Amino acid sequence: MILLLLAIPCLGALAAFVLRSDRVRRKVLVATAMLHLALVVKAWKRAPQPVMNGWLGLDAAGMVFLSVTSVLFLAASIYAAGYLRQETQGRKGQPESGTLLNNAPEAVFSGCLLLFLATMTLVVVSRHFGLLWVAVEATTLASAPLIYFHRHDRSLEATWKYLLLCSVGIAVALLGTFFLAVAAAGPGNRAIPLVAGELIRRAGELNIPWLKAAFLLLLIGYGTKMGLAPMHTWLPDAHSEAPAVVSALLSGALLNCAFLGILRLREICAAAGQAAYGRDALIALGLLSMAVAAVFIIGQRDYKRLLAYSSIEHMGIMALGIGLGGAGVFGAIFHAVNHAFAKGMVFLVAGNILSAHATKSADKIRGLWQSLPVSGALWVAGFFAIAGAPPFGTFWSELIILKAALEGGRPVTAAAFLLFLAIIFIAMTATVMGMAQGENTSRLSTGFRETIAFIAPPAVLGGIVLLLGLYLPSPLRRVLHETAVLFGGL
Amino acid sequence: MAVWIDALMMLLVLADLVLLGSSRISFCIRIVAFQGIVLGGLPLLRHAPDLGVRPLLLAATALMVKGVVFPRLLLKALRDANIRHEIEPFVGYTSSIVFGVVALGVFLALGRRLEMPLPAPSGLVVPASFFTGLVGLFLIMTRKKALTQVLGYLVMENGIYAFGAVLAIEQPWLVEMGVLLDVFVAVFVMGIIIFHISREFDHVDTHRLAFLRDWRKSYKPVLMKGKKNLEGEFEE
Repeated sequence: MILLLLAIPCLGALAAFVLRSDRVRRKVLVATAMLHLALVVKAWKRAPQPVMNGWLGLDAAGMVFLSVTSVLFLAASIYAAGYLRQETQGRKGQPESGTLLNNAPEAVFSGCLLLFLATMTLVVVSRHFGLLWVAVEATTLASAPLIYFHRHDRSLEATWKYLLLCSVGIAVALLGTFFLAVAAAGPGNRAIPLVAGELIRRAGELNIPWLKAAFLLLLIGYGTKMGLAPMHTWLPDAHSEAPAVVSALLSGALLNCAFLGILRLREICAAAGQAAYGRDALIALGLLSMAVAAVFIIGQRDYKRLLAYSSIEHMGIMALGIGLGGAGVFGAIFHAVNHAFAKGMVFLVAGNILSAHATKSADKIRGLWQSLPVSGALWVAGFFAIAGAPPFGTFWSELIILKAALEGGRPVTAAAFLLFLAIIFIAMTATVMGMAQGENTSRLSTGFRETIAFIAPPAVLGGIVLLLGLYLPSPLRRVLHETAVLFGGL
Repeated sequence: MAVWIDALMMLLVLADLVLLGSSRISFCIRIVAFQGIVLGGLPLLRHAPDLGVRPLLLAATALMVKGVVFPRLLLKALRDANIRHEIEPFVGYTSSIVFGVVALGVFLALGRRLEMPLPAPSGLVVPASFFTGLVGLFLIMTRKKALTQVLGYLVMENGIYAFGAVLAIEQPWLVEMGVLLDVFVAVFVMGIIIFHISREFDHVDTHRLAFLRDWRKSYKPVLMKGKKNLEGEFEE
């Protein structure tokens, strides 16, 4: 079952590389995504057994993150099919400099997209820390060609930065994994295997100083990939230069995967009686990320960069929630779910706007409600979802984290959290509302139509965030609860 | 075998110091190749005298990949991409060496304090591997060219590998997985070779990668093709 989850996207990717017909390839992309989701739904009904000596397994946390990734990928693949159809119609100009550009071959794009899904699935199902590390590295490699889809100097620069920064982060994470191995070496010659189940069972034998050092290194390593400030500098570039579909997946799914990498070690720390360790580091990184995001969101005129900084903000909120512990952990996991769908939605809508207006500058766009009625409405709705306005799910998860901060006796943290949220809300309102309202004066590019493939995926994702705010289904609530307990919360 | 492992660690550290102070890329590439060969010896010494298949394979991989394949690829990139052979650091060579010596002292002092859960085969492993990792990071940050950054990355990776090959070897497959980090180096070198040839990316100075930033007034396209890297000194 778990192997099937990994094999299907790989086979799909292989087919995408081999197939000659673009139309068939797009169908393969969507079909693979559907099949993946169907398997995930089946896993909800009956939990799959661990395989390969417990190296691969699916626990409650895995279920949550796998489901989010799978749903988001299906939405993105439907969008991608429409996007690719439109992209292939003639050469297009680069929005900023007006120069003509080529795209990467569609086979490479679809193939890498599916490989990206396979590697993210591997991150989620890895129970072995070495394998987890390999999986995170593989996500970086699979996503780099996606960022360089539009072949021009700006996207090349973004890809180079992404690869260099993330590879340094990954190297630090490897060192952290080696540290964990030293911590697990144990007295005598009975090294504990780095499989999560074994480590938890024999957590008492772990060497605590080395475990702590391993946690810090992994926090920095995977934190780079997650986009926590001050290791975030690759993120705005990569997210703003990549095609909308890729930005949505990077932000909604990949950052969560890196987050899960950090959480996995928290689980071990909690089992070893060190649940309190590293909480201050997480809170500090979380607040710093929110502060950096707030500073750069004020006056940000590039709306894709705006969304990228908003991702840094939300990663900060999640780190903060984990750091606060207690109910904050539940809030953080719930927020990861909400953020993934909300950010997927707004990035896809931003893709529509970019396709129609051919500019990333918010100053040049007015009157979206006139020019793109559906996308304009979705843009405003998505903004409310991402900014954490009620009744969207993001509002509730942020409220839970705020409550955890107050109950944990950290009023300063709570005040800073509220302050940054308020600044970001106001700054984003100015930009987003400015784009939506007013008279549209610019001419739209002729190639773009608001077809169902461009509208349905973001609308459905937005609907999910709304639904999560109004009603949390009991199986989901149960799994979220179990996850929070795993990571030392509640 | 502890003496020999110590000796290798010392060679690693000396190579780092040389790297901090040298100004020619081709020489630096050869020093990194030397480090790769030193690293190849580590798994063998760690397991001597009863050598199994695994240490032999690990040693052979490190030797081939870090000692032979990457240096050759990097030299090829240097030739093909017409990169100036001078390193062009942000931080001068003397200051770099001073930084290195201070950092080495700090790590040696810290390394003594660190309590190992298992009997370490050599007291120098932790400070030497950390120092190598830090020198790699320092090279990435303070050298301008893409190629020298890749070189720095390789050095950093060598440090991590040294740590893993001696201390994390008990874990099945873990060090072998770590070798996958080399895939990144391969991607970087390929990137330099390919993108220079396709002429989309006429410079390999990373400090010119400054298109994407915040607080930019307008989206005016800036002419990226500078003169600096075309002003001669193609040494072939």
